[in-house]
Amino acid sequence: MTEEKVNLEENDTTTQSGVFLPKIEELVVSSSPHVHDNQTVRKIMLTVLLALVPSCLCGIYFYGINALMVIIYCVVFSVAVEVLWCRIAGKKTDTWKDCSAILTGVLLAMNLSAGIPWWVCLIGAGIGIGIGKQIYGGLGYNPFNPALVARVALLVAFPKLMTTWVPSRFMTENPVYDKIITYAPSAEQLKGKVIPFLSNTCDSITCATPLGVVKELSKSGVHNVSAFDAVSNTPMYWDYFFGNMGGCLGETSVLALLAGGIFLIAMKIIKWHIPVTYIATVAIFSAAIHAANPAITPGPLFHVITGGLFLGAFFMATDMVTSPITKKGMIIFGIGCGIITSLIRIWGNYPEGVSFSILLMNAVVPLIDKFTVTVPFGYKAAEKKVGA
Amino acid sequence: MSNLHHDDHIYFAGGVHPEEGKYLSESKAIQEAPLLDSYTVILNQHIGAPPKLIVKKGDAVKKGQLLAEAGGFVSAPVHSPTSGTVRNIEDCPGPMGVPLLAVVIDSDGKDEWGSSLEPIADWENTSPDDLKKRISDAGLVGMGGAAFPTHVKLSPPPEKKIDHLIFNGAECEPYLTADHRLMLEYPESVVEGCAIIARVLGVKNIYIGIEANKPDAIKVLREKAASFGVNIIALRVRYPQGAEKQLIYAVTGRKVPAGGLPMDAGCVVQNIGTAVAVTEAVKEGKPLFERVTTVTGEPLANPGNWKFRIGTPVSKAIELAGGVKYSPAKVILGGPMMGFAQKNLQVPVMKNTSGILLLSKEQLVQYESYPCIRCGRCVDACPMNIIPGPLSTMIESGEFELAEKNNLMHCIECGSCAYVCPSFRPLVQHFRRGKAEINARKRKMKK
Repeated sequence: MTEEKVNLEENDTTTQSGVFLPKIEELVVSSSPHVHDNQTVRKIMLTVLLALVPSCLCGIYFYGINALMVIIYCVVFSVAVEVLWCRIAGKKTDTWKDCSAILTGVLLAMNLSAGIPWWVCLIGAGIGIGIGKQIYGGLGYNPFNPALVARVALLVAFPKLMTTWVPSRFMTENPVYDKIITYAPSAEQLKGKVIPFLSNTCDSITCATPLGVVKELSKSGVHNVSAFDAVSNTPMYWDYFFGNMGGCLGETSVLALLAGGIFLIAMKIIKWHIPVTYIATVAIFSAAIHAANPAITPGPLFHVITGGLFLGAFFMATDMVTSPITKKGMIIFGIGCGIITSLIRIWGNYPEGVSFSILLMNAVVPLIDKFTVTVPFGYKAAEKKVGA
Repeated sequence: MSNLHHDDHIYFAGGVHPEEGKYLSESKAIQEAPLLDSYTVILNQHIGAPPKLIVKKGDAVKKGQLLAEAGGFVSAPVHSPTSGTVRNIEDCPGPMGVPLLAVVIDSDGKDEWGSSLEPIADWENTSPDDLKKRISDAGLVGMGGAAFPTHVKLSPPPEKKIDHLIFNGAECEPYLTADHRLMLEYPESVVEGCAIIARVLGVKNIYIGIEANKPDAIKVLREKAASFGVNIIALRVRYPQGAEKQLIYAVTGRKVPAGGLPMDAGCVVQNIGTAVAVTEAVKEGKPLFERVTTVTGEPLANPGNWKFRIGTPVSKAIELAGGVKYSPAKVILGGPMMGFAQKNLQVPVMKNTSGILLLSKEQLVQYESYPCIRCGRCVDACPMNIIPGPLSTMIESGEFELAEKNNLMHCIECGSCAYVCPSFRPLVQHFRRGKAEINARKRKMKK
């Protein structure tokens, strides 16, 4: 400011009365509005990242330092791919500073097992940022959620790796989970096949997800309420809620995801419409099927708090770029995601359908937007007038 | 602000609440600006036909004397702000960057009165038509911004039944306090002007809508209003509360039909400044040659509210406000949400100049913009309930017909969307361009 004052004194824009007038050459002419509320894309992305912190911490808490490494790999590779792509494409290379690539990296990590090797993270980041986002022109132009594009591509390319889960470290200490083998239907019923929660392979202990167990039971032709009971009972529900379960490192703790999601809604970064309709649809759908025949699938609570539903509903389906912009559109989107998720979970080939359902609904967002254009203020009155 | 009491229970959806900045000037009483050596009176200060010049170079004129008469029904005459001689009739810088024809008057320092309009003391027994003629002869236009000739608004076609007359004292634009001070210091003129206009229209329901952040003005006006049958409504503090359609909705609960005018909802809306000007035109025979304008902004040494003669250069107004403490980055005619940035400070104060606002470098909005990330903040902010973000990308890619189908023409250019856009997209500019393009195509089609 002192510098400016000096400039002013040197300037000849003083009047006879000795007051200073604005320097014409410094005046900027631009269109209204001339003020801004200071919200930026970067701040929005950082807020979402902040909302993901509890879930990441839970992942690290339950799956150990490996989870942290997966997160770091994914973030570093995502940013690297973004910078590299922009450099090769001759675009500005500072787009990573908007933090959207970091967010994609974190979301990708949250969709991976803590035991995933680093090179899978690299391929995932390449697919997510490259084919999921930059190939369309970068942030704002991508029709599909980049992290989900990466996850689904990896799932198809490395089905074994992507469905091998690390048990949470408390599961291995808890005898309940060993006993699940005996809780599970008898070998006879399973035609010689045993579906355990935890299994000792030659070098490590792996773990099935609750949805995985249910899917295996169904595929084996076991439609048995007591078989489902082995993975859908109250003490286990508490474990699912806190995240003490096998699964992707960021998807298991419903509590942490809920906290982050509520934070985002409170900060007005996302609206409640997609997560609430999505989760409610899954609950209602599974409740209806369960009520019709409990041997087809476990009850609604099981479907709501297992798998990636909360991660998907609060953080993936609400991705601004790839979800509808109006509230009505968001409700349609949420319901669509819920129905497709339930269909895949109950009758599909995959145990989990959150990723597929969101990607499928991403594809119809332009159509949803087209049919949910808002009615401008005063428009109804005009129609009535024409009618009258 | 939410703890301020407001009477309206029906709110328009959307809107924003920018930092008000009114503290700079809201407690500063209106000062009479000293007489200048010369004034530059722009002829075409209103929407409509340009007025016809009736003076020539070298003519002696007096204060309030007619310089140019109305050039049609939708037009307004222009009067001399002081006594002196016509130095020249020449182009002067206009607020939109386009030069405009103006009468330059050298003041003789005597400031002699020369209005041909006789005061009407007993307006209550004067015919509405005579009152309307007076309003028209005094060159009154909407003083809130659009500068639409007042008498035209007071001449609704007979099939439009007007039952509500609403005065806009919302002053929802941040920083501006001219209307606030007018209501506080001239409450009698405000309510009397309301009553005069109501007589012209033959309307019984008279309202003044004031944002609840002006409790002192609300209190003063409530004391004066009852005897004239004027109702004071404290409005929720939300920009753009003063936009015609939003104001009508808050006061009456009626929605102006899309593409329609206030009269389609049985309403006429006038600015509070216009009400004061009407009182003066009728009771004193005073044409509109001066107005109250807020000169404000952090860079100014002494922000405040002044009564300027029409034709006062902006640079003189800034000088009166003590000049600048440091050089500003913007000088704006009007408020920060809808005002026009200026490059030439010789632009004169006009009938609709509600404020002269200076913004510092720190207040400049980032110029670089990014692609729309569809965050939906603009959808939440839009008071017309359209979808600004995707609409702007349609215009960006030249899809004008698609944009029209997506309700582009409903945009009131209030700037709420651009105010909240995290990608700093120039949304209002896109919409202005889109509208201009569509209108141009329609004109071509007609030909």
